[in-house]
Amino acid sequence: MERGRVKCYAMANFGPAFARQIAQGSRDDAMLWAILSGFVIATVAPWLTVRAGRWTGMLLAALPLGLFGWFCSLGRSLNGSGAFEEVWPWVPSLGVDLAFRLDGLSLLFGMMITGVGALIFIYSSGYMAVEKKLGRFYAYLLTFMASMLGAVLSDNLFGLFIFWELTSFSSYLLIGFKHEKESARASALQALLVTGGGGLAMMAGFVLLSMITGEVRISLMAEQHDAIVGHALFPLTLLLILAGAFTKSAQVPFHFWLPGAMEAPTPVSAYLHSSTMVKLGIFLMARMSPVIAGNDLWHWLVIPAGLITFIMGAVVALMQVDLKRILAYSTVSSLGLMTLLLGIGSEAAIKALVVYIVVHTLYKAALFMTAGSIDHETGTRSVLVLSGLWKKMPVSMLAALVVAASMAGVAPLFGFIGKELVYESLLRGPAGFLLITGGVIGSALTFTGAMIVTLLPFFGKAGDTPKHPHEAPVTMLLGPLLLAGLSIGFAIYPGMLSKIVLDPAAASIFSAPFHIHLHLWHGFNLVVALSGLTFALGLAGGIYAIRLRTQGRLGKLRDIPFTPTQAYQYVLKGLLWTARSQTRLLQHGYLRFYIVSVIATTLTLVVITLARVRNVQFIPLGIRIEEITVAGVLLASTYMVAKSRSRLATVTALGMIGLCIITVFILYGAPDLAMTQFSVEALSVILLVLVIYRLPPLKRYTPHKKRVRDGVLACAAGGVVTLLMLIVLGSQTESPLTDYFSRMSVPQGKGHNVVNVILVDFRGFDTLGEITVLAVAAIGVLALIKLRPDRPDSEHLLRLRNEAAVAEHFSLILTVTSRLLMPVLLLASVFITLRGHNEPGGGFIGGLLAAMAYSLVAIGFGVHHARQALRVAPLKIISAGLSVAALSGVVGTLFFGKPFMSSVWLPFEVPVLHKVGTPMIFDIGVFLVVLGITLLIIFSAAEEN
Amino acid sequence: MEVLWSIVTGVLVAAGLYMMMRRNIVKLMFGLVILGYAANLLIFTVGGMTRNHTAIIHPGEEELSAPFADPVPQALILTAIVIGFGVQAFALLLFWRGYISVGSDDLDDMNATDQIDEAPQVEVGK
Repeated sequence: MERGRVKCYAMANFGPAFARQIAQGSRDDAMLWAILSGFVIATVAPWLTVRAGRWTGMLLAALPLGLFGWFCSLGRSLNGSGAFEEVWPWVPSLGVDLAFRLDGLSLLFGMMITGVGALIFIYSSGYMAVEKKLGRFYAYLLTFMASMLGAVLSDNLFGLFIFWELTSFSSYLLIGFKHEKESARASALQALLVTGGGGLAMMAGFVLLSMITGEVRISLMAEQHDAIVGHALFPLTLLLILAGAFTKSAQVPFHFWLPGAMEAPTPVSAYLHSSTMVKLGIFLMARMSPVIAGNDLWHWLVIPAGLITFIMGAVVALMQVDLKRILAYSTVSSLGLMTLLLGIGSEAAIKALVVYIVVHTLYKAALFMTAGSIDHETGTRSVLVLSGLWKKMPVSMLAALVVAASMAGVAPLFGFIGKELVYESLLRGPAGFLLITGGVIGSALTFTGAMIVTLLPFFGKAGDTPKHPHEAPVTMLLGPLLLAGLSIGFAIYPGMLSKIVLDPAAASIFSAPFHIHLHLWHGFNLVVALSGLTFALGLAGGIYAIRLRTQGRLGKLRDIPFTPTQAYQYVLKGLLWTARSQTRLLQHGYLRFYIVSVIATTLTLVVITLARVRNVQFIPLGIRIEEITVAGVLLASTYMVAKSRSRLATVTALGMIGLCIITVFILYGAPDLAMTQFSVEALSVILLVLVIYRLPPLKRYTPHKKRVRDGVLACAAGGVVTLLMLIVLGSQTESPLTDYFSRMSVPQGKGHNVVNVILVDFRGFDTLGEITVLAVAAIGVLALIKLRPDRPDSEHLLRLRNEAAVAEHFSLILTVTSRLLMPVLLLASVFITLRGHNEPGGGFIGGLLAAMAYSLVAIGFGVHHARQALRVAPLKIISAGLSVAALSGVVGTLFFGKPFMSSVWLPFEVPVLHKVGTPMIFDIGVFLVVLGITLLIIFSAAEEN
Repeated sequence: MEVLWSIVTGVLVAAGLYMMMRRNIVKLMFGLVILGYAANLLIFTVGGMTRNHTAIIHPGEEELSAPFADPVPQALILTAIVIGFGVQAFALLLFWRGYISVGSDDLDDMNATDQIDEAPQVEVGK
């Protein structure tokens, strides 16, 4: 036992270097590529489908086939209980690595995923021959395969989780592949919600587990087994992890999503929902066995769940009439048996488990493929209709008979060996009598199920099917035949399989070296007697089922009063009801109450915080007469805006507030702000005047009482803001930022206007973001005005109307002034932009000034003239500006290897401009963006006249 | 002086919020503009005020000599003013489009899209 362990730890301690040594010629990034290749090829699959058409499946089968070969070669060098590891730093600062590990268990699953995968791709090329969305299908299927490989190769808990969820996600896409069908969409969602919910629980369990162990690598956790099991959080951890495993592997009562998943195309059912994905839960339990198994809680949770699922699945399978649903419930039953074996966890049980996993994969994938062929050829899957197909589909029948015999556990097939081992381990398990009774009942029912899925469709009188049946094409026969052959071959020569795959797999679950000697015949003993009993019971059941069909009574036993499916629907309805009621409560559609709730919440939180503030120092009043005057005018104008119902008065008062703010900026040494605000005010007035008179007169809608209520709330908010400001002002400290900028502006930024230097140099990246936001706002305006489906006017008509409107409001003073002012304003704008680095100005102000020049022309002569004068469309100016600004930031990166947006300066001085560098180019970009967006807005508004 | 402007800011906030609580869409827009003024004034005031001195380094000098106005809030506000203009223009045209489409300037006539009971019901899971 110790050999395997020691080896694992040694590799873990020495990392990839040691792994490379062990890997013997395998590249040390092979596993990563094995996983990634599926994702990569998935992206080109749609393109390939266009080129290769129906042969795509055959071509794509090369990938899983190659990977299968790779796994085989690794299996030889794995040599019992060793493992290969690959570790990449993922979040080194947190000590988290992306770790992959290939041991026996991963190998077993990897071979199943790729082996069955290859057959499924070939099968699909026949089954999906007439499918239109073939590219999408293969892309999903490859994504699924790669996710599965990732999940079984991950050694990191969270890597495992991510790939686990990816399998749920790709399964969702595949179940809902026929998305025109309502039932397919509902089933896909159901599967996603159940397995995704379980995945989240598992994630929580993983977090707890990593908290307990301080470790994220599964292979390093086994060491702490006793400490983990003894931990206070262990029961919760185990429950959460098992929730993930039970939902994924469809254990009762979470099994209902699996029959629903039969909505998927049959290749998908054969691949995901029988042989691979549903076994991921089993894989998880097996993978975690060395870490969390082997205690009473584990036995008490896992054994009953497995036993109940085993028997219930087998019973319900017999009540179905749809071939695929019969197989789905039989899969549920088999998954139950695997869970049961893991629950027992003894040496015999693990041995039985690894054998049974292979047995099940072989027969279930083959039976699904045959069921798909029958559906494909006859147009139905109902065992009530299907009958006597043996004449038409003899090869399919042969394959189906062989694998069904394996499913039934008949000698000399691999299933027989599996069943013998299961009985052996059940007999020796805890509560042996109970378990073996359950085991015999379950196996007998499985026997009956195997009879139903083969005897009913293939034998008897030829039935009346929707399509006239033919034998399936070779592509669809290959898989079942090969799997049937293996079911015989492994039974007769089990040695090779157990050496390469089964021994290592059992060793990694049991964490000790393992040698499985498989024999078809053990001599007469209790187990053989039990087998005989099973056959007798199963045969009786099968004959009864056949009689039921002849009497037309098959499938009439399906009404169970309360099923988990209904529970799921109630939960889903409850969830939607909750969402709807809380939405109705919060999302009522009354904007003012949204605002009220935002204000009230913020106020409450701020007041609670402020109440805890101690030692507030209030700063001295120190007011001058000019300040009082400005404040007085400002407050009076504000009152007027709030109170007035005249549009002109409101716009005027708003302008007054703006002027007062400008004055404030001037009073306290902010000339740049004053200039910016001034330009914006002028443009605002133009914009408001263009639109305001087309808005209705200001009506009053709210009664007096409610206005008082709003007023009180608003005043409270204003009061709190004032209070907050006073507290902040009283506790002010020196800002290191201010100090830095004021000292570094000249030496590093080469500019004397610190505000401008901050904007275009120190915080240039921010500014780039801000002008991008502006550009987006401008595009929003454009969309609102121009891209209307109901817009009736042609450009020409618009122009005519526009000119008529101008003629109507023609003003001699305005036209003359605009003509005179335009060159002056443009010149000033360029001047102000360029001098901005050293004196008040810059791109923002310059852009606004230039926009003002064209806006005046638009008002005086019409937008058409302004557009002509501008020559370039505003949108193009915006994109040019953004490009210039962004490119200026790249210069330093491209030529000097500095970070993005680092400034670069010419080494010599240029006349007039003094220093020249990228920040000035950046400012020109800002200029262009601001010019563009302003004109876009003004022109759009004016053209709506 | 900061005390005075703190009070003025408070009044502007109160007025802006009061107007945003109106049902009239034009009032809402004016409220938005006033709230923008208040935000800028808030940053400007809280950043500390200096009378008669700018944040421009005198020619020939290497760094700002005290007393000087704090350049950091100024840089913040400068872009805020221009963005505020963009927001104002967008809001103005959005409200105007709303007014034309709905045919009313009463916000209570514009809430159909928010009320789920009027939206078509979606059937789920069978």
